[in-house]
Amino acid sequence: MNVIPIQSSSKIRFRVNGGAVELDVRPEALLLDVLRDRLQLKGARRSCDMQVCGACTVLVDGAPVSACTYLAIEADGREVLTVEGLADGDRLDPLQEAFIEHGAVQCGFCTSGMLLTAKTLLAEEPSPSPERVAEYLRGNLCRCTGYRKILDAILACAKSGATRA
Amino acid sequence: MLRPFALYQPTTVAEASDLLAREGANAALYAGGTEVLLILKEGLLRVGSLIDVKRVPGLAAIRADNGHLSIGATATHRTVENDATVRARCPLVAGVARHVANIRVRSVGTVGGNLAFADPHSDLATVFLAFDAVVHLASRRGARTLPLADFVRGQYETAREEDEILTAVRLTAWPAHTAGAYAKFGVHERPTLGVAVALTRHGDAVGAVRVAVGCVGPRPQRISAAEERLCGVSLADVARHAGEVAELAAREVDPTTDLHGSAEYKRDMTRVFVRRTLLVAVARAAGRDTHERHPHTVIV
Repeated sequence: MNVIPIQSSSKIRFRVNGGAVELDVRPEALLLDVLRDRLQLKGARRSCDMQVCGACTVLVDGAPVSACTYLAIEADGREVLTVEGLADGDRLDPLQEAFIEHGAVQCGFCTSGMLLTAKTLLAEEPSPSPERVAEYLRGNLCRCTGYRKILDAILACAKSGATRA
Repeated sequence: MLRPFALYQPTTVAEASDLLAREGANAALYAGGTEVLLILKEGLLRVGSLIDVKRVPGLAAIRADNGHLSIGATATHRTVENDATVRARCPLVAGVARHVANIRVRSVGTVGGNLAFADPHSDLATVFLAFDAVVHLASRRGARTLPLADFVRGQYETAREEDEILTAVRLTAWPAHTAGAYAKFGVHERPTLGVAVALTRHGDAVGAVRVAVGCVGPRPQRISAAEERLCGVSLADVARHAGEVAELAAREVDPTTDLHGSAEYKRDMTRVFVRRTLLVAVARAAGRDTHERHPHTVIV
């Protein structure tokens, strides 16, 4: 049985946006804090801190999780994708392009979570109905209430078939 | 921020049980963390260690045998949603799993965690009651089973002993010619109300009925008065009795006043939603679908 005593760290090895990372983390370290404070990836944000708003969404092995309520130690051996890893160098992801084109960004606080959740949806279901997109993004809140444009952007991206795996 | 804790990763139920027995109230079981990490962050629970049960082999298994479906405790909602066996044996359960909380919670949250946490505002326990669910508990002392109705004692309260682990929930698949529906309503993150109804056809009449209501009170419950009233009624007459059946359900629930609304409001909503869900179920039993829509409502 693996045991990590209180106040001690254990080494985790995982990939973040394609790059290998090795870190010592304590059991209570949250993935969000590790990403933001130790890896300086500020795209995932702390907002509700209770898995409701989606501002801290990151993908772990392709599945969206709330980094605010996910132990960093769970990422050991896995692949983490944050919004910083969506673009391929200077080439934005088609979803990012669609968000720009449709003005699906107001204050931008929710945007990284919206993009990553939509990324998973389109990977699983390349041609979702508008209802399905709304249902899938139920857990990503936009307090500017710019939902219409966000939905339009995702649907347009799906329609163009331009999503990259 | 979380206070420091030790993390144990046992690989057998016996090891986990020994840890629970040794640590007592100083430890909490942990799988997806979607509930326990929240209450730790809020300071509503303080423990010195978490016992991660995800590494116990077989604990996430989903199996079907002899008309039953067994879902392992650490199976996630996402797994349940997409599992071919669940979809074949208990499609309503897969459908409900698709609507639990949000996609992030479904990715990591587990069926066992959901049941053992016993948040009254939860879909699974209500739906599972309509499948005569039995929970499997295990400890170093041995294993036992308990009907879900007896396992959930109240809000955040279960019959699990301190050294026990919930290992699986076993559902009884509905018999042939059964149509069911689940409706949930709410404007908050968690449902305000959930109703599950299943009707088994016997010729042109209702042979067996299951009505379960959850979220409105401290624990989900089957509404036996409503079930008895509908038994034997001709399918064509069910709609005519829907109001009466809904009234019986509204009388039988034990609603609690909380942030989701007053007890009186929840009793009224029980009446409204038992009627609606019953009408969807009877339409399906007759081979039709209603495609009904209501605000802030998910119908599975």
